[in-house]
Amino acid sequence: MTYQFDFGWLIDSLPVLLKGIRITVQLILIGAVFGVALGIACAWVRALGPKWLKPVVATYVELIRNTPFLIQLFFIFFGLPSLGIRMSELSAANLAMIVNLGAYSCEIIRAGIQATPRGQFEAGASLAMTPFQTFWHVVLVPALQRIWPALSSQIVIVMLGSAVVSQIAAEDLTFAANFIQSRNFRAFETYIVSTLIYLALAILLRQMLAGLGWMLFLRKASR
Amino acid sequence: MSLIAITEVKKRFGDNEVLKGISVDIAPGEVVAIIGKSGSGKSTLLRCINGLETIDEGSIVVAGAQFLPDEVHLKALRLKVGMIFQQFNLFPHLTAGGNVMLSQMVVKKTPKKDAEAVARKMLDRVGLAHKFDALPDELSGGQQQRVAIARALAMQPIALLCDEITSALDPELVAEVLAVVKELAAEGMTLVMVTHEMRFARDVCSRVVFMHQGRVHEIGAPEDVFANPRTPELRQFLGVQ
Ligand SMILES: Nc1ncnc2c1ncn2[C@@H]1O[C@H](COP(=O)(O)OP(=O)(O)O)[C@@H](O)[C@H]1O
Ligand SMILES: [Mg+2]
Repeated sequence: MTYQFDFGWLIDSLPVLLKGIRITVQLILIGAVFGVALGIACAWVRALGPKWLKPVVATYVELIRNTPFLIQLFFIFFGLPSLGIRMSELSAANLAMIVNLGAYSCEIIRAGIQATPRGQFEAGASLAMTPFQTFWHVVLVPALQRIWPALSSQIVIVMLGSAVVSQIAAEDLTFAANFIQSRNFRAFETYIVSTLIYLALAILLRQMLAGLGWMLFLRKASR
Repeated sequence: MSLIAITEVKKRFGDNEVLKGISVDIAPGEVVAIIGKSGSGKSTLLRCINGLETIDEGSIVVAGAQFLPDEVHLKALRLKVGMIFQQFNLFPHLTAGGNVMLSQMVVKKTPKKDAEAVARKMLDRVGLAHKFDALPDELSGGQQQRVAIARALAMQPIALLCDEITSALDPELVAEVLAVVKELAAEGMTLVMVTHEMRFARDVCSRVVFMHQGRVHEIGAPEDVFANPRTPELRQFLGVQ
């Protein structure tokens, strides 16, 4: 092989790369927290909520799950301004990820809720808890525990999918990699480095989610 | 004055009329056993008293308060009447203590410290003070059922409904749960229990209700009902000629 590897550019490009990493991490943290929160709310509606809200949520979920993430992103960033809703690249990227994860996690969490034994709802009711109190204090945690591996995988998928936000010039890790290789013409090395960073981030994220699951579900809680 | 007044209660599931006009009055401190074949409507009756099912006709009055199926009345009713289930239905993610504390804090807004004190007292009452920090799956069936009793007692109900609370237990664990119930009875708690423990019904209960096909087929003191069953259905159920 005659190709000469060159990683000398790394030093100069480090600030750009670090900023990209920071944005990607920020996107995934915000996306995961608010996306899962939205997913829980939607799952509650679909499994136990008021009848009139169900079709609204069902439409949202099916719309998101049957269209490409890139198109959702473009719609938010390029489409919504026509309605007078304008936002920065980063806000659009955040919103797209929240909306996307919200729909997928809704279906995952709903499966966890629906696997709840009927006796749990009845025990809650017989202790004078309202249906929502029973959902919140009794049903939710075991439901999340049931589907935690699937939910964790979905969060990682969304994290990796976040690469496409570079398409609206949100300055994430992929944007940084594209920018760097357009300067150094070292596509191979640049994308090797960014691939390894994504890999490390994904592994780290999985570990964090596993740790969080352990804290939430296996810790002995008396409350 | 009766504590629980059940008058001409009818309950249908679709075309299937499960309760066909039930009337029973239960006085404070009474211990009533409900016996009868599977499918005779025993569970449905208890569930109606607790508001887990709505009734189609008739009325259920608990401590002078009419049962109406809206959230305010349901809450008031369920604060008065606790229920224990065959399958325990403990909350699996909470410790024994957490199970007993939860509804106090959520429903009655009891401060955590006070709820914990009540929980320790109630667990002590069922002989499980030392299991405060145990998770349900670390407990035997009998212990889980006793936690469920403590959990219901923590809401300070004036009556407890027990639906075959020993039926899911291994035989050697039945006695410890019945002992707790017996003690509650001795302390004057009003109890309505669906049970297959005929010996227990005879020894502890003040009245026995025999249900058959959605009706109260016989009712009376245990010595009468068990010693002199008047109907062939009850005789057959009890296995006497
Ligand atoms: N939620 C329900 N929907 C339809 N039918 C029911 C429901 N609950 C109970 N039933 C029916 O009501 C009848 C009485 O049931 P149940 O009260 O559980 O009897 P028991 O406790 O005496 O065995 C049975 O025929 C049962 O199939
Ligand atoms: Mg039954």
